[in-house]
Amino acid sequence: MVEALLFVVLGLVALVGAVAVVVSTNPVHSAMGLLATLLAVAVLYVVQLAHLVAAVQVIVYAGAVLTLFLFVIMLIGVDKDETREEPLPYQRWVVGGVSLVIIAFAAGLTIFGNFDWVPAASSTIPSATNGTIEAIAEPLFTDWVLAFEATALLLTIAAAGTISLAHYRRRES
Amino acid sequence: MVDAGWYMALASALFFIGAVGLLLRRNALVMFMCIELMLNAVNLTLISAGRALNDINGQVAVFFILVVAAAEVVVGLAIIVSIFRLRSSASVDELSEMSG
Repeated sequence: MVEALLFVVLGLVALVGAVAVVVSTNPVHSAMGLLATLLAVAVLYVVQLAHLVAAVQVIVYAGAVLTLFLFVIMLIGVDKDETREEPLPYQRWVVGGVSLVIIAFAAGLTIFGNFDWVPAASSTIPSATNGTIEAIAEPLFTDWVLAFEATALLLTIAAAGTISLAHYRRRES
Repeated sequence: MVDAGWYMALASALFFIGAVGLLLRRNALVMFMCIELMLNAVNLTLISAGRALNDINGQVAVFFILVVAAAEVVVGLAIIVSIFRLRSSASVDELSEMSG
């Protein structure tokens, strides 16, 4: 009952935030809408017992990534004159067609397919998926250790690439 | 307990809004935010499927997606800033250097 109430309220918050990201003309307002969606989704993670992932979502996404977004918005200035006229006149029709196809696909899956498509759900022991630090670290450092190392390599490459991107332009000018 | 299908429905709605925004907007920063929206929708499906299947690996996969998304944001924003230094605009319509 509590979960249903939380799902409805936070789902609405997430949807309103997502729509605000798309429709607002000011990029700062878009960032605020994204923040609302991220926090609502983080609470939905907590509801689903993914505690560590929710904490990381708030710290990394709502903290670091969104701050980075706002920093870049302030750096390059808020250009409010983003034109709403389409330079490509057929683009809106293509988007509408693609949207209709996706909606029809999802609705068809929902109506004709098996809606509870995870049939092996044994809704008895929720503590088994209780996403504590120990529960996540155990598969992370045993089964997924290769992917973990690859992620470390990826982060190193991303940091080096960012530094070289910033440095290259300065030397050019 | 809310059925996992409802979480899937919410996640697909979020993903759809993000995809429409990515196709309709012209500001590179807002397009990036729409990509983040779509990544979050996928994370939500992984979490709820992991709970429904009673499997911790869904949350581990979300962990990796978070890290990759963070790296992607760092590199993408650096590219946007260097494009802005070159063109004084963040609109993707004015980027035509690579059209042959």
